Amino acid sequence: MDFAAINPLLFISTMVAASIPVLLAALGELVVEKSGVLNLGVEGMMIIGAVCGFITIVHTGSPLLGVLASIIAGGVLALLFGVLTQILHSNQVATGLALTLFGLGLSALLGQNYAGIKPPNFPKPALGFLSDLPIFGQLFFKYDYLVYVAFLLVIGVSYVLSRTRSGLILRSIGENHDAAHALGYHVIRVRLAAIVFGGGCAGLGGGYLAMIRVPQWTEGLTAGAGWIALALVVFASWKPYRVILGAFLFGGVTLLQLNLQAVGVKLNPAYLSMAPYIITIIALVVISGTSSRFATLAPGSLGKLFHKTM
Amino acid sequence: MLVFERRRQPSKFWTTITPVLAVVLTMIVGGIMFALLGKNPVEAIRTIFWSPLFDPNLSAYARPQILVKAAPLVLIAIGLSIGFKANIWNIGAEGQYIMGAIFGGGVALALYPLEAWWIFPLMILSGILGGILWAMLPALLKIKFRTNEILVSLMLVYVSEHFLASVSLGLLRNPDGIGFPGSRNLQQYASASNGELFTGTGIHLGVIAAFVSIFALYGLIKFHRIGFQVRVTGQSERISRFAGVNPNLMVIFCLATGGGLAGLAGIFELSGPTGQLSIDFNVGYGFTAIIVAFLGRLNPFGMALAALLMALTYIGGELAQFMLNLPAAAIQALQGMLLFILLSMDFLSQYRIKIRKLA
Repeated sequence: MDFAAINPLLFISTMVAASIPVLLAALGELVVEKSGVLNLGVEGMMIIGAVCGFITIVHTGSPLLGVLASIIAGGVLALLFGVLTQILHSNQVATGLALTLFGLGLSALLGQNYAGIKPPNFPKPALGFLSDLPIFGQLFFKYDYLVYVAFLLVIGVSYVLSRTRSGLILRSIGENHDAAHALGYHVIRVRLAAIVFGGGCAGLGGGYLAMIRVPQWTEGLTAGAGWIALALVVFASWKPYRVILGAFLFGGVTLLQLNLQAVGVKLNPAYLSMAPYIITIIALVVISGTSSRFATLAPGSLGKLFHKTM
Repeated sequence: MLVFERRRQPSKFWTTITPVLAVVLTMIVGGIMFALLGKNPVEAIRTIFWSPLFDPNLSAYARPQILVKAAPLVLIAIGLSIGFKANIWNIGAEGQYIMGAIFGGGVALALYPLEAWWIFPLMILSGILGGILWAMLPALLKIKFRTNEILVSLMLVYVSEHFLASVSLGLLRNPDGIGFPGSRNLQQYASASNGELFTGTGIHLGVIAAFVSIFALYGLIKFHRIGFQVRVTGQSERISRFAGVNPNLMVIFCLATGGGLAGLAGIFELSGPTGQLSIDFNVGYGFTAIIVAFLGRLNPFGMALAALLMALTYIGGELAQFMLNLPAAAIQALQGMLLFILLSMDFLSQYRIKIRKLA
């Protein structure tokens, strides 16, 4: 085997791109959970976003429309979850699971004639001389548009959550919905908005996977990325910037195992393919087990039912 | 305006009737989905829900097949329902099912070609053990490190799928298989084969085990102290401590029963209908069983009916694939849709809808 075959610069820039789908999905779920709702349907929303974006980009040839289709598809599915859990008061765990099972089935159905098709190339911004800079060009200025969008989104979410009034309201609803309701905030309305935002992010993450990262459609394309995104939110202790760290860790491990397979490490490829999932479990254990404040990190009303009384 | 008033107790009437209504509604929405796919909706729904049961040319074959497909669903759902009642969410049954098959199948393949009466029981036991061990990972991590059992049990599904791929291409591959992937076929190994009990039906020991598990769960929940403890834990963990429940033992018990029964389903399926370990050995029973558990209201007899219905959609779906060229994925979407519709209708059993005039 030959580790020299792995180019560190290329590795890092590919790792950044590989982490974008889970980064987007986890960021969306973070906002949902901050509002006190646990949506376990991330995997379902991601894969529906993936297939809808892919179909759109193949038919229209327009990356922008593909991106929009991904966001809308994820958002619509999330809205379904929102109506069920917030207005019809269904069990959040069960509804989230239903969303995933339904999303996996529906995506397989929608995408059945699209396997093996290559989508049009996704454009990258022309950053001129910046992209040609040694080292820095490769590390920072050679990505497609969505990579920059994802990082701006992290900054935006972090800012809104911690520095604005809307963010404060959202967090107060997540910490104690009864108190927030008593103060006159619209618990259900805010939560529905957060859920739809989360769905849009998950859909976009799935779309990135199908349109840019792979880029192809296969059944079950997301392969657990949505669940890993859920784990990342816990790993990040509900802090937006830490989601980046978790996503890099996941992206790095995924890529490393692919690279190791490519350079011919004498280990069964099946064991290497398990690595991202096992690392995710270990990360969960480390963060849940070692942080003594862990129980207080999660939003206080997370997953609890809110029933408005007169 | 419409006012939703929470009932003191869920309405018995609506709890019983909503699964039936949900099925009917799913047929209608599913019909619309099929129409959008350019198929005749009435014909599609009839092929899926009616033909396997009542079509004179098909029912003789299809009826016993429904039992065969329902057996693993019942076994897994019965195991999961105990955890769901106690608010312990094992959703990795698919992985425990795979590990049961690998453990049990591994024992049989290691002993090949020895013929002895004790091989089959040993396989079954190690299948159960495989499922339990795999479920103990999320259980122990939850107890020791407070990790979320939903995420860990689900991650382990992917790990077990890769493990299955590695053993069916490597360790357990058939040495006489001239390079083909997959293990030896256990149906051709008399001591390890879980053959059909009634000629021509395909009904195997797993179907009997599923029947037994239904009554075992009923007895456990209704008459045993553990059943009471499970229910109390589900309603309030704090109160359950006062009732003398050890929450850690409860986590272990719930995951062990879920994992053990999933492992049992896996080894029955491997030694019976499937025959050999291969990459596509698992077909999603572990996930469909979650739908079965909810559709059956976590009630043993309800889950049995729900499993029969899901099995019917599998068989009917195969028929529709064959006769109407309907994609296989349509059935998966239909099953997910059913759970969705059911959950939204649960509202009716929890709340009373009243019309109140605005003051």
